[in-house]
Amino acid sequence: MRRREFISKTIKAGLVTGTALSVGNYSELFPSPSNLFSSDFDLAAIKGGEPDAMFDEAIKAFGGISKFVKKGQTVVIKPNIGWDVEPERGGNTNPLLINRIIKHCLNAGAKDVYVFDHTCDNWNKCYSNSGIERAVKDAKGKIVSGASESYYQEVTIKQGKKLKKAKVHELILESDVFINVPILKHHSSADVTIGMKNLMGNVWDRRFWHANDLHQCIADFASFRKPDLTVVDAYYVMKKNGPRGVSKEDVLTMKSQIISTDIVAADAAAAKLFGVDPSKIDHIRIANEMKLGSMNLDKLSIYRKIL
Amino acid sequence: MKHSILRKIRIAVSIFFLLFTSILFLDIANFLPPDLFGYVTLFQFIPSAIKFAVLFIPSSIGFIIILILTLFFGRVYCSSICPLGTVQDIASHIANKKKRKKKFLYSKEYFWLRYIILVVTILSLFSGQLLLIILLDPYSNFGRILAQLFNPFINILNNFFAFTLEKLNIYSLYPIEIKSGYFIAALFPFLFLAFILFLSYKRGRLYCNTVCPLGTLLGIISKFTIFKLKIDKTTCEGCGVCSKVCKSECIELKSKKIDFSRCVACYNCLDVCPSDAINYQFISSGIVKQSSDKSRRDFLSKTSLFIIGLTTNALSQIKIIPQKESKVAVKKNSVSSPPGSKSIDHFTSNCTACQLCITACPTRVLQPSFTEYGIFNIFQPFMDYKTNYCNYDCTACSQVCPTAAILPLTAKYKKNIQIGKAKFIEDNCIVKTENTACGACSEHCPTKAVLMVDYKGNLKIPEITNKYCVGCGACEFACPTKPYKAIYVDGNLEHQTAEKKPVEKLDQKIDYKEEFPF
Repeated sequence: MRRREFISKTIKAGLVTGTALSVGNYSELFPSPSNLFSSDFDLAAIKGGEPDAMFDEAIKAFGGISKFVKKGQTVVIKPNIGWDVEPERGGNTNPLLINRIIKHCLNAGAKDVYVFDHTCDNWNKCYSNSGIERAVKDAKGKIVSGASESYYQEVTIKQGKKLKKAKVHELILESDVFINVPILKHHSSADVTIGMKNLMGNVWDRRFWHANDLHQCIADFASFRKPDLTVVDAYYVMKKNGPRGVSKEDVLTMKSQIISTDIVAADAAAAKLFGVDPSKIDHIRIANEMKLGSMNLDKLSIYRKIL
Repeated sequence: MKHSILRKIRIAVSIFFLLFTSILFLDIANFLPPDLFGYVTLFQFIPSAIKFAVLFIPSSIGFIIILILTLFFGRVYCSSICPLGTVQDIASHIANKKKRKKKFLYSKEYFWLRYIILVVTILSLFSGQLLLIILLDPYSNFGRILAQLFNPFINILNNFFAFTLEKLNIYSLYPIEIKSGYFIAALFPFLFLAFILFLSYKRGRLYCNTVCPLGTLLGIISKFTIFKLKIDKTTCEGCGVCSKVCKSECIELKSKKIDFSRCVACYNCLDVCPSDAINYQFISSGIVKQSSDKSRRDFLSKTSLFIIGLTTNALSQIKIIPQKESKVAVKKNSVSSPPGSKSIDHFTSNCTACQLCITACPTRVLQPSFTEYGIFNIFQPFMDYKTNYCNYDCTACSQVCPTAAILPLTAKYKKNIQIGKAKFIEDNCIVKTENTACGACSEHCPTKAVLMVDYKGNLKIPEITNKYCVGCGACEFACPTKPYKAIYVDGNLEHQTAEKKPVEKLDQKIDYKEEFPF
């Protein structure tokens, strides 16, 4: 059954690619870095809508998802699915948002869209209670486990100061496009968790980070494979007791979203939205110093929209 | 041979119980809803009897049904419901296929060995000692064989297929990390399995009629059954086919008598008798007099049991010595028993170590104990925070426990149970030793009993408020220090109630029309 499904899907994918080749725009099939980052905006900030509608609006500012996802490419989406809590608790990325991003990618002709996280709580429960498993399946994406060491392969982090090696999930290493979809929330260890902190779910051994200067490790790892796009979900924002939260009382419904190609800029803007100075968050400051991106929002061209 | 329908029913029921009991233990993905488990384990005699003694509720009357069945028809539990019995039947079936001529032979019972084991087991039960039940209960042994040997095996198979499919970009089957216990926890079931397969291959139900205390107990009751299998001496032609197929070796040809205390009601004899001479007969009274001779084999079995006892004792001497790297050693006064088990005492005096909770635990924080509860409570599961931590909303173990060692809990109630208290060793903490941020413990804490408070400069260090702690072990599991943790859970001997942390409302309001702060 599964094999048959696989074969039929492969054939279908082949057909789609074939048609695209015969009638489509050839240049779009072979993206070059220049057209990947041809957007006029560095960052988009949206407020006042539902998570999916805000993404529709935000991605428009970048010229649509097709600027990032080309036909036949594989996409990996990395939400925060760290905790066994329901969406309203603000512990995990909003499932509506994940669902919508997958649909955008598939509409743009993505071959496969994978979603995974190396969760903290039991992964089966996290995937199901967060609503993300359902959302991914509904959107025809592929939900993948991050709970087995066999998925993780050791890589060297050249720019790393403390974190020089890490075992990274194969989807991050193999996928053509990497979309990072963190949720903005308070964090007892890292002050706030946004885009760079979310990348901690790409690796197997997180204890090493905690034991070896957490903030430096977070910044170090952001230099390894920068996401092509970072979408910060700030719809339900956990203002205290993060990252797991204790109850819905920890959550402020901010109905906001920030997306950027620059993970440091996305983090800086989200931190401000949260109400903290990004330069006071060590890993944002360090990442800025390492020139992994810019936390100086004044120099960026920002698309702002209140729905 | 008109009775062979009985045999067919027996086989069908035994396969049903073997299959479904196995599925419970082999559900590596925790796919089955935990509240269904009780319907299958209800009829396991010893767990059900313990549950009845503890809870006195209708859902634990399985053993009473078995008792009634035994009083009517003999040891149907042993032939149909006991999964270990069916395993033995399979082994002796294979044996009989191989050695066509020499099948079973009548033998006398090992009277003293049989009853001594039963008496000692019962006496030890009265003194609150469960070791013999743990080591001898057929269901619990079956459980451990599946939990420690077959469950990991299925897991490996699953992972193999998952890897293969992964190469084809199919991720619907996923690998599962194998988190099995220590070596002895798997070695004992392995040896036990080898032992019982050997016995049944050679001698059919010898274990059930010599070692198993439940078999002996039901055997005694069988002596008083209303309907007994009897050989009709007038129609019997004395061909002896029945005796050859009797896996209990309890049909004596000379006197044409069936030792009904050893008969497991398998109905093989009914099936083969050419003159239909074996029948259930209504019997108002009459205890078959037992011969009481000892034998060399008797002695051998005794010594082998003694040796098993000795080895387990010797193993208790082995202590795991941690590497001498870190400064402050963790000294736990006690491990934690699972939520719902009320106290270490309640748990250890009611758990038969079938390990169903271990296989049902989605995080596998439950692991078989070695000396954690003392060697006399070997294999009873404990909360092993080295492996994982207890999921805050999960009550799986309490739902599946067949003995009421872990009482059924609702998720809401479970969140208030404190099975242990977190303790902090500041001198081991990264924040102090490395002067860098950490907070992994507080991150994972579901109740925020562990909170990060101001330390030096920007740094924050954990602070524990014990009354909010549930003892889930998330902090201990997440703590990155080696080899000693900077935070650990000390088990409560008596489980306590954790207070709910007062909820502070956010007084922030959001103006959706307000401009962005950048």
